[in-house]
Amino acid sequence: MLKRNKKTKKGFWHDAWYRLRKNKSAMFALFILGLLVICAIFADYIAPYPYSLQDYNHTFEFPSRKHLLGTDNFGRDILSRIIHGSRISLLVGFSSITTAIIFGGLLGAVSGFYGGKVDNALMRAMDILMAIPGMLLAISLAAALKPGLTNLVIAIAIADIPGYARVVRAAVLTIKEQEYIEASQCIGASDGRIIFKHILPNCLAPIIVQATLGMAGAILSASALSFLGLGIQPPTPEWGSMLSSARQYIRSYWHMTAFPGLAIMITIFALNILGDGLRDALDPRLKN
Amino acid sequence: MDNVIEIKDLSIQYATDEGIVKAVNHLNLQLARGETLGLVGETGAGKTTTALGIMGLIPDPPGVITGGEILFEGTDLLKLSKQRLRAIRGNKISMIFQDPMTSLNPVVTVGDQIAESIRIHEKLSRAEAALKAKDMLELVGIPGDRYGEYPHQFSGGMKQRVIIAIALSCNPEVILADEPTTALDVTIQAQVLDLISKLKKEKNTSMILITHDLGVVVEICDKVAIMYAGEIVEYGSLEQIYDQTAHPYTKGLFGSIPDIEAKTSRLKPIPGLMPDPSNLPEGCSFEPRCERSCQLCKEENPPLIEIGNGHFVKCHNYGKVGEGEDV
Repeated sequence: MLKRNKKTKKGFWHDAWYRLRKNKSAMFALFILGLLVICAIFADYIAPYPYSLQDYNHTFEFPSRKHLLGTDNFGRDILSRIIHGSRISLLVGFSSITTAIIFGGLLGAVSGFYGGKVDNALMRAMDILMAIPGMLLAISLAAALKPGLTNLVIAIAIADIPGYARVVRAAVLTIKEQEYIEASQCIGASDGRIIFKHILPNCLAPIIVQATLGMAGAILSASALSFLGLGIQPPTPEWGSMLSSARQYIRSYWHMTAFPGLAIMITIFALNILGDGLRDALDPRLKN
Repeated sequence: MDNVIEIKDLSIQYATDEGIVKAVNHLNLQLARGETLGLVGETGAGKTTTALGIMGLIPDPPGVITGGEILFEGTDLLKLSKQRLRAIRGNKISMIFQDPMTSLNPVVTVGDQIAESIRIHEKLSRAEAALKAKDMLELVGIPGDRYGEYPHQFSGGMKQRVIIAIALSCNPEVILADEPTTALDVTIQAQVLDLISKLKKEKNTSMILITHDLGVVVEICDKVAIMYAGEIVEYGSLEQIYDQTAHPYTKGLFGSIPDIEAKTSRLKPIPGLMPDPSNLPEGCSFEPRCERSCQLCKEENPPLIEIGNGHFVKCHNYGKVGEGEDV
């Protein structure tokens, strides 16, 4: 009914995308992550072998034409396991960060918006969580909750909540003082509407940056927990648990640890580069 | 007379670390239907605090309304629940803000911002509200097809028009305009003022215009209230204030406006500064700067007395012949 003029509809996000596109390394990182997502979605079609297929005639094989990245102690194809492993890594990274953002963001928004006693109570609780080293907290939570995918996500999410609560609270505190928030109170908007429609969309930029960087951390934590045997259980392929089981053969069969480690490294690296690029693109002070 | 807003004995304070700041002190004010009241005073006189008090948006803490009533069509706004108050805000009483640059949400299109206020108060579908918002845009002289644009694509004057459209979107009874033209340049100022007074007349809306510009007041106001240190020192019709100026402070204000015809080399400002609102003098708050102060002024705060038909002044010395002055 209302014709929106496409040519003139250039907002903040449009400008940000334009700036991001000019950043070559960030675009390359985005490309890598895109490939990874495709790998994860179509793992069944891309992977040359099923991830749990054991071939006892070909154990500990070095990279060859038949097994591009070699095979492990059960004769399983490492490339296929890495491709399937990307599913778990991306799933854990994405869902734990989403959970952390939802809860942390809500806590941060509420404590920033209402201030006073609510703010004090919530933020002191966050301080307590922050005082415990994140990895240690995740380890104890994972140990207490029994190993498994869901509990892994929960453990990582809880360790990440305080960080998001702080970022969102700080952003809400600055946006809250803006005149348009007072103006929206003047048109009779409810607190919920003001928080969700007027305040949070204006603090998306720092949240996105924190989320991209945080996702790298979450994938790393997931690998670390799996390495310690508290995360994903075999035979489900996970980069961390692949490293863990390859650990004892590292002297003779380097390829068993090198490739899963490389996969973790590339993913983390791409996420960090993209996070940096996003921070630059979303910072209005760098507008030109 | 049919009063839309009646403020009785309103006092508002801010409790800060340095002490209690008395922003508004025993303020009385009436606004009749269809009338425009100019609320004039220096920075810090308590004009905006009064307006925020009417909206129920005094920041608390530190602000506290310590006494008085604000009657809107007979009901005391200060006693209403948050929900009831929200139903009145934007619907019956709306506000136009000083700075159009910061009063619009940068990530929401202007059309959606107008439609939002309509949808909060009227049960309309998204599409109906959008149509109505488009009409409002055209009413304030912006082409309707700019509905989907963002605030940064508009000039200052156009943003102020959008804010006026938001304020008027629910046909309010009262508009509180807090220095609506201060941030605009003079030509745009005139356009915006014309627009406000035209729409106001069409819809028979009452308005409180907060300003420190006496030139703006003379253009669109029916009544004028002069505020000083949280009190009304003179109140009357436009003619009474401009032609039969009674309070020394009002006289001082007129004295400090440059006159294009008179050949004076210097303006005549009011000496001194406004008293610290956390430490108001015991007597008349204007006494330290008043050229006609007397012992009584130092000791006793003068009451607001009626000196003509609806013309009030808060001064001990009104009608007394001062030294070297002809009243």
